[in-house]
Amino acid sequence: MSNELDPHHWVKAHADYLYAYTRARISDEELARDLVQDTFLSALEKVGSFEGRSSERTWLTAILRNKIIDQYRKKSSGLLNADVQRAEEEQADFFNSDDGHWNNEPAPKHFGIDEYDPLQSKEFDHILMKCLKKLPALWMSVFTMKHLDEEQTDTICAELKLTVSNYWVIIHRAKLNLRACLQKNWI
Amino acid sequence: MGVLSKITRNCNHATLLIEKKLITTLSLRERIFLRIHLIGCDACRLYQAQTTKIGQMIKNLFNESPGVNITLDDEVKKEMQERIEEKLNKN
Ligand SMILES: [Zn+2]
Repeated sequence: MSNELDPHHWVKAHADYLYAYTRARISDEELARDLVQDTFLSALEKVGSFEGRSSERTWLTAILRNKIIDQYRKKSSGLLNADVQRAEEEQADFFNSDDGHWNNEPAPKHFGIDEYDPLQSKEFDHILMKCLKKLPALWMSVFTMKHLDEEQTDTICAELKLTVSNYWVIIHRAKLNLRACLQKNWI
Repeated sequence: MGVLSKITRNCNHATLLIEKKLITTLSLRERIFLRIHLIGCDACRLYQAQTTKIGQMIKNLFNESPGVNITLDDEVKKEMQERIEEKLNKN
């Protein structure tokens, strides 16, 4: 059976799915709604290019995904975003500025995570989530593409227009912040 | 600062390499740096164990099935379909 498009049923058939897909990647409800609406309207302009090789839902999701990446990219265009700057300030004193050695206070200490088995329990997910929410949007986009979409490093760099060395810096800083946040908030 | 102390003191670079190693293969030079550094640095060895665990936690969190309760209001959906029909009628 070849796939066909039926715009009269798009919302009923796919809107909730597309919205949940978006919200897993973008936390802003209003923006997520707009992206779904926008996806339907752009799709109407592209119906001629639908060849029926994928399902209607897969095709719509691909259009939506491009719009989500566009949003991510907007956030990566200014590497000196205020939220990135704020997060970087938080870790300004992590290392000695002369030789790069851990400063005493922010250095890793033993805490509850050392006895915790994440594969057995999800008890501390809420603390992790709280710490993730504090990360700059761009850093979060990188995590989302890596863990939710399981994209490879070069794909993420190409789509977000990041250099590879920038990518490592982002991963490094994001993990430094997360670890510090967990150490501070673990009960 | 001697060559060796540049390696043994630089936790900033060592932790970057630890993160890189969790995702990709390090170059020979990077592997040597990290190995020498970790021999003498308890803090970075602890960092390595903790950040590996944090990576697993993030992975688990993202792989939970997304909330089934994330849905749109009927009112919003009605409006969405209306805008589609509007655009269909224009063409
Ligand atoms: Zn170290």
